[in-house]
Amino acid sequence: MRTLTYGQAMVEGLRELLESDDRIHIMGQYFLGLTPQRALVGELAAEHPDRFYYPPIAELGYLGTAIGAAMTGMRPIVDLATASFMFQAWAQITEEMANIHYMSDGQTKVPMVFHFNHGIRGGGAAQHSHSPQAMLWNTPGMEIMLPSTPYDVKGLLKTAASTDNPTAWGDHVKLFMMEGEVPEEDYAIPFGVADIKREGSDVTIVATSLMVQRSLAAAGKLASEGISVEIVDPRTIVPLDEAAILESVAKTGRLVVVDECHRSCGVGAEFSAIVAEKAFGYLKSPIRRVVTEDVPIPFSPPMEEYVEPTEAKIIQAVKEVID
Amino acid sequence: MLPKLSGEQVLEQLRLAIVIRRFEEELIKLAGSRDIGHFHVYIGQEMTGVPALYLLERGDLSFTTHRNHGHLLARGVPASQMYAEILGKETGMMGGRGGTLHLCSMEHGFPTTSSAVGGATPLATGAAFGFQRLGQDRVSVCLFGDGALEEGSWHESINIAAMEKLPVIYLCENNSLEALGQKAGEYPSSTLAAVDLIDLVTPFGVPTIQIDGCDAGAVHAAMGEALHRARSGGGATFIEARTVRWPGNRPIWPELSTGETNFAMAWDSSLVPTEYREWHAEQDAVLRFIREILAEGLIEPEAILAMDAEVSAEMKEAVEFALASNYPPAAAAMEKVLA
Repeated sequence: MRTLTYGQAMVEGLRELLESDDRIHIMGQYFLGLTPQRALVGELAAEHPDRFYYPPIAELGYLGTAIGAAMTGMRPIVDLATASFMFQAWAQITEEMANIHYMSDGQTKVPMVFHFNHGIRGGGAAQHSHSPQAMLWNTPGMEIMLPSTPYDVKGLLKTAASTDNPTAWGDHVKLFMMEGEVPEEDYAIPFGVADIKREGSDVTIVATSLMVQRSLAAAGKLASEGISVEIVDPRTIVPLDEAAILESVAKTGRLVVVDECHRSCGVGAEFSAIVAEKAFGYLKSPIRRVVTEDVPIPFSPPMEEYVEPTEAKIIQAVKEVID
Repeated sequence: MLPKLSGEQVLEQLRLAIVIRRFEEELIKLAGSRDIGHFHVYIGQEMTGVPALYLLERGDLSFTTHRNHGHLLARGVPASQMYAEILGKETGMMGGRGGTLHLCSMEHGFPTTSSAVGGATPLATGAAFGFQRLGQDRVSVCLFGDGALEEGSWHESINIAAMEKLPVIYLCENNSLEALGQKAGEYPSSTLAAVDLIDLVTPFGVPTIQIDGCDAGAVHAAMGEALHRARSGGGATFIEARTVRWPGNRPIWPELSTGETNFAMAWDSSLVPTEYREWHAEQDAVLRFIREILAEGLIEPEAILAMDAEVSAEMKEAVEFALASNYPPAAAAMEKVLA
């Protein structure tokens, strides 16, 4: 099978969507941030100038504009660039977008996708490093996808653009240069179906987005020490494939959650709570969370590394749950 | 001034205005007998909403606010379903999921109703964006009060509408001032530094129209102009309709302080009570509309009373329907979060 970078797979997905569905329009252009591959988005925009809109620096205004447009039959894919900028649009996301279908008793649908680049990218400091997926998860009324591979980003994007629900699409800039197999033929990955990224028998790791890759690296090292780690990647947290998580924990009896949200009320906290509630009897040791500490993200590299989930911290946590 | 329409159409607007007035009066009475929660009424603004929305076509979309009852009634949403929704009954338009703050009906061109001040300005702008980019000959109407102009969403939205020449009409119903303040010329509102509401629009180059929102003919003309501009590719329009705040809206909860409207006051000044004389004699937009209709000889006073009796009976029936309706099964709360 051919190999693409994450960025190439993402832009290929966007291109195929623009070519196959006239209702899809793109707002914003920083899908690949300011990374070297950003030119791929520029090329796509040049191919489809009538389908790209360059909004003013007004996240609230243009995210809301996308919501309104989605009610007329358009299927906007909106880019908010860095996830931290999402807070400028917060009122439209939480008060309007997520509530409209429910409040209207299903009369009105909001088929839109909004994209953001989340997480600690290195030197982003407190205002360019957020992982707001837990905050989004605390807002019923949207689906949330957090891909971790080139194959997943393209396949999940296809599903996001075809549903009648609003979808939050979080990427991590540290994934964009990663290479992986992506088939030539069309495919879509259904929401709510986890992928076992690595099979193992001693410890279950549940992770999404970049943390899947970091966990895979840690699992490789642990394997050389004779520790077998299974990695469950839910791929979407709404809907969530709870069964896959519980099944893996039932098999291994141990859980380490690796997540880039802050510790308190993060995505990792929710994964932990689900397992504690529904699979407590299978647990041979307490659940461990490897997550971002409850501080604003500092700028200085050693401080940044101190607060984020690192490979070393993952390895340590896995060893602790086995002891 | 009456709208430049046929006599039949003007009388149709009169009926809609009476529907709104009686709907809200019945609702306030209902709130006196049971706890129906926080709600807002449209009394006093009927002659803005009715003529403004009268000109819309099927497929046009309107975005209203917490003060939405009058707008929906003006587009023909059945009062029975509205009362049922306000009471949280399963026969309401949204099966009890939204209540008074979020009354909507896609069938009547109200896709969603935001009760967050300024919440709908981006949405209305976006509907116009969708119409334009999808090549649909439709117009989006954003209905809001003066308060929405204090929100940042206003400035972000009108910038987008202006730059893209979107087919959207921003209809601001300025009900910020009470009678005395209006007389003193104290526009716009007490919490805006701008001297005039249109000062928040002109830098964007969007055409503005300021009208007396109690003058049905002026509302009709302004909306006609704005709709023509929108449908012919000319872009957005901002209309400031200055209405008079009904004295019953002064307390936290609406109160029938001016009593149930006796439409005969329009032609028999001896019926006007001393209390709130100014409201009845000069400011009540529906009474003023009736006086203008009578001056044109479009209908006899007795026929207006007959129309009112019919509407009032309908509203009482609609309330009965809502009261007799069942609450939705509680577990239905878990449904329709996603499509």
